[in-house]
Amino acid sequence: MALLEVSNLGIAFGGLQAVAQLDLKIEKGHLYGLIGPNGAGKTTVFNMLTGVYTPTEGNIVLDGKDITGKSPDLISKAGVARTFQNIRLFNDMSVLDNVKVALHNQIRYSMWTGILRLPAYREKEHEMDREALRLLKIFDLDKEASLKASQLPYGKQRKLEIARALATNPKLLLLDEPAAGMNPNETAELMNTVRSVRDQFGIAILLIEHDMNFVMGICEEITVLDYGRVIAHGDGKSIRNNPKVIAAYLGGD
Amino acid sequence: MDKILSASDVYDRMMSCPHYSGAVAIVLRFEVYYRMQFLSYLINGISLGSVYALIALGYTMVYGIAKMLNFAHGDVIMIGSYVVFFTFGSFGWNPAVAIILSMIVCTVLGVLVERVAYRPLREAPSLAVLITAIGVSYLLQQVAQLLWTSNPKSFPSVVANSSIFKPLQLFNGQLTISAETIVTILACIVIMVALLYFINHTPAGHAMQAVSEDRGAAQLMGVNVNATISLTFAIGSALAAVAGALLCSSYPTLQPTTGAMPGIKAFVAAVFGGIGSIPGAFLGGVLLGVIENLSKAYISTQLSDAIVFLVLIVVLLVKPTGLLGKKVNVKV
Repeated sequence: MALLEVSNLGIAFGGLQAVAQLDLKIEKGHLYGLIGPNGAGKTTVFNMLTGVYTPTEGNIVLDGKDITGKSPDLISKAGVARTFQNIRLFNDMSVLDNVKVALHNQIRYSMWTGILRLPAYREKEHEMDREALRLLKIFDLDKEASLKASQLPYGKQRKLEIARALATNPKLLLLDEPAAGMNPNETAELMNTVRSVRDQFGIAILLIEHDMNFVMGICEEITVLDYGRVIAHGDGKSIRNNPKVIAAYLGGD
Repeated sequence: MDKILSASDVYDRMMSCPHYSGAVAIVLRFEVYYRMQFLSYLINGISLGSVYALIALGYTMVYGIAKMLNFAHGDVIMIGSYVVFFTFGSFGWNPAVAIILSMIVCTVLGVLVERVAYRPLREAPSLAVLITAIGVSYLLQQVAQLLWTSNPKSFPSVVANSSIFKPLQLFNGQLTISAETIVTILACIVIMVALLYFINHTPAGHAMQAVSEDRGAAQLMGVNVNATISLTFAIGSALAAVAGALLCSSYPTLQPTTGAMPGIKAFVAAVFGGIGSIPGAFLGGVLLGVIENLSKAYISTQLSDAIVFLVLIVVLLVKPTGLLGKKVNVKV
């Protein structure tokens, strides 16, 4: 059974059917791309997978558990994490605290341990700091841990978003246009980062991206959306040569 | 002169010198008298301002995290004060126990109001929430009136017979600071420090900051937004209970509308300091208390409230985000 199984997923906003009859199967440890022209419904799919939107039809099953229509915090706890198309870090908090917010799910202690500051609390706090720094180190952000998130340069903010998403200990990571606004060098570096994240954490990654070199370069499987419907599915090569995809991107009949 | 002399030192030295006795001494005595009076007004202003600051914290935290103005906050203070009035004033409980019970009652009340009145409107336009808050405010006032009538009750000071806190005499007894004033200022400082520690160094505090900045992103990182908002109301209401006991100890008349005016002033203080900012609420509260007390003393008792609101208008004209408020950048 696949890690994520989406069947017949659809959502309508009033009379507008934004996504319809979407089927998606993502295996553990796979790098999976979701592409399509602007307005095809890619981010809408992400929003349904993370619980921001409630689908009007269909099911989302993660690791055998039905998560359709659950609230975003519960879905996050079930193991789906994401980054955003427009970076949405907690700008006034430090880089370290951004990661720690996302770590709180895994590390629990009772309210009274916290209020009374029992040794167990201090131990957990240290554990959290260590874990957060470990994640930051992977993205080469450990030296900036005490800076405010807003003080980081753009490329590092993108990385911090990924680090923060990983801190929720996901089984599936959704990246919404991770390479947006990056130059070719940064994009190449990001490709390596994404690959190494998959290898180190053994998680599945589903990404939306407009940079075709990026998508074709790292994704093992690609699904193409147009007007909310799947028009093609397969590996990079078959997608590149698919006439429907070319028509969707370039226009045609 | 190698050191700076206080006014009373100068006065004592002048009086001990034969050349200066007489007319100069009389002028100086007035000078010292007015200076002491000014100090006394100032300290009382800081004390009143500390109460405003405690109430303003509730406004500002709820605004920062739930993005709404809880106009029923002032009436939570009133309910808390009634709890202290009955347990401490009528049944003669230990004041600390009475205040803790009042904090518990207010916490439950605050969380309940949020759950019943505000949470169903989480996705509603902010005007609907605002009007609901005003409705809750009237509801609490009217319920209090039904239960305890509108007759003013004379509130006993919670620190009057305290063995720990005594009135402080300064400058050979020329300046007396009441125990209520001392306790109020101390309580405000302690609460402020504890709150800042809580917000900046605990997971729940981090969750609050995260929700305050971006509710959606926080939820997607696994933060339970409803629980965080409930916690905010709980803390704000517990602080309101403390503020109520301190306020009524200094201004000992308790009736169902007692919370309304301090509530509005604290709201002004929160806006003055920059709504959403915790240090801003503190600064705004203290400044407002000082301005109010000094204008009562030197300008006009009747006009003091008008002056307070005038200050708000001027601040909003000059710096719409308040003293410590952040500029809000709207992203497209």
